[in-house]
Amino acid sequence: MSIALESITLTLAHYRLDVTLAMSARTIAIFGPSGAGKTTILELIAGLRTPDAGRIVLNGRDVTNVPPRLRRVGYVPQDDALFPHLSVRRNITYGGPLQSDVVDVLELAPFLDRGVKQLSGGEKKRVALARALLSRPEVLLLDEPLAGVDAELRTRVLEYLLRVRAAFAVPMLYVTHQREEVEAIAEEVVVLDRGRITGQSAVADWREMNPPPVASRWSNT
Amino acid sequence: MSATELQILGLTLRTAALATLLIVLPGLGIAWLLARHRWPGKSLVETLVALPLVMPPVATGLLLLELFGRRGPLGRWLHAAGVDVVFTWRAVVLAMGVMSFPLLVRAARVAFEEVNPRLEGLARTLGAGNVRVFVTITLPLAARGIVSGMLLAFARAVGEFGATILVAGNIPGRTSTLSLAIYNLVQLGHDGEAFRLLLFAVAIAFAAVFIAEAFLRRRAA
Repeated sequence: MSIALESITLTLAHYRLDVTLAMSARTIAIFGPSGAGKTTILELIAGLRTPDAGRIVLNGRDVTNVPPRLRRVGYVPQDDALFPHLSVRRNITYGGPLQSDVVDVLELAPFLDRGVKQLSGGEKKRVALARALLSRPEVLLLDEPLAGVDAELRTRVLEYLLRVRAAFAVPMLYVTHQREEVEAIAEEVVVLDRGRITGQSAVADWREMNPPPVASRWSNT
Repeated sequence: MSATELQILGLTLRTAALATLLIVLPGLGIAWLLARHRWPGKSLVETLVALPLVMPPVATGLLLLELFGRRGPLGRWLHAAGVDVVFTWRAVVLAMGVMSFPLLVRAARVAFEEVNPRLEGLARTLGAGNVRVFVTITLPLAARGIVSGMLLAFARAVGEFGATILVAGNIPGRTSTLSLAIYNLVQLGHDGEAFRLLLFAVAIAFAAVFIAEAFLRRRAA
């Protein structure tokens, strides 16, 4: 996968996002505190926001002015944004036909025909993942998938994410403010603070380096 | 129920239902544009749409009479095409539709505004174009509010008096709706018969508002 954000700027409520970034690993984490602009970057890549200036290039294709429906990104927002009036089956097949491997890996079979309102937090996350995967995206955009999930469930959702990473070839861009998640899932990490990139390296190198004080402060939050 | 009462009730329900059906498409279109888009002249359209709510109904009726009379700018054209409007059942439908339009637009606009735009955005990332997003996400999620608005518009149409009497007259058997017939009977001193019709009017209004409220409660639940 290659994702390039070339001189992307966007004025936000409290600061101006100004990012130039080229990413090519299969699993990349964008790491930074709340309000750093992480979600905004995912929304820019998904086409749900338009930058003030700059170019977004996905796998060599300039998608800056391409509508979201043609970008081929699988977006899993933090709140899942499942369609509340549709069953699990109709949610996950909204963007593409049912595939048994996705249903198997995410263990969706027991509740395929249930309404999404009846699902637990962890189940909803799996449905959102399946919905994104079945649209056959070129990249999965995961916005803090473990946020708001209790500790026990975190481990389980993380297991599902690792299974998805192992079973499907789709690259992932993973946004988080948790250091452990970066280490558990990503190969490359981009550090973001108040709309600026403050670091980018392989996760192995990042781990070895003494973590910057600002990063270690987040590690236990 | 006497044959006359049956005729009055039938005419009122038929014309009110037709008026409500005729305003659904334009009403939803304008409500959606007002709820989801910014465009030049939006405030003007908002005000124009609300006008029949605040203008004296008789004044609206006079305006319609001028527009649709045989020598009016629209009436002349319709007359040439073989369609006469004023003092016919068509004028009843016209007056009802114009007077009910703001209620439908307001309810539908609120219903559209309550649909989380993130769901629509997410549907786009899954490959859906604008029409599919509207039909499969926006409309079903706004449906209860829209139906409730239609019922209120219908109830308003059933009770229409001021605009109708000007543009359609009060012709027994042809344009005399429930409200106009009650007025006629009171004028003639037939209070007993007027009260019988009053009971029908109350029953229809009660049922429409009750069902509309029930729809809204289900949405909130």
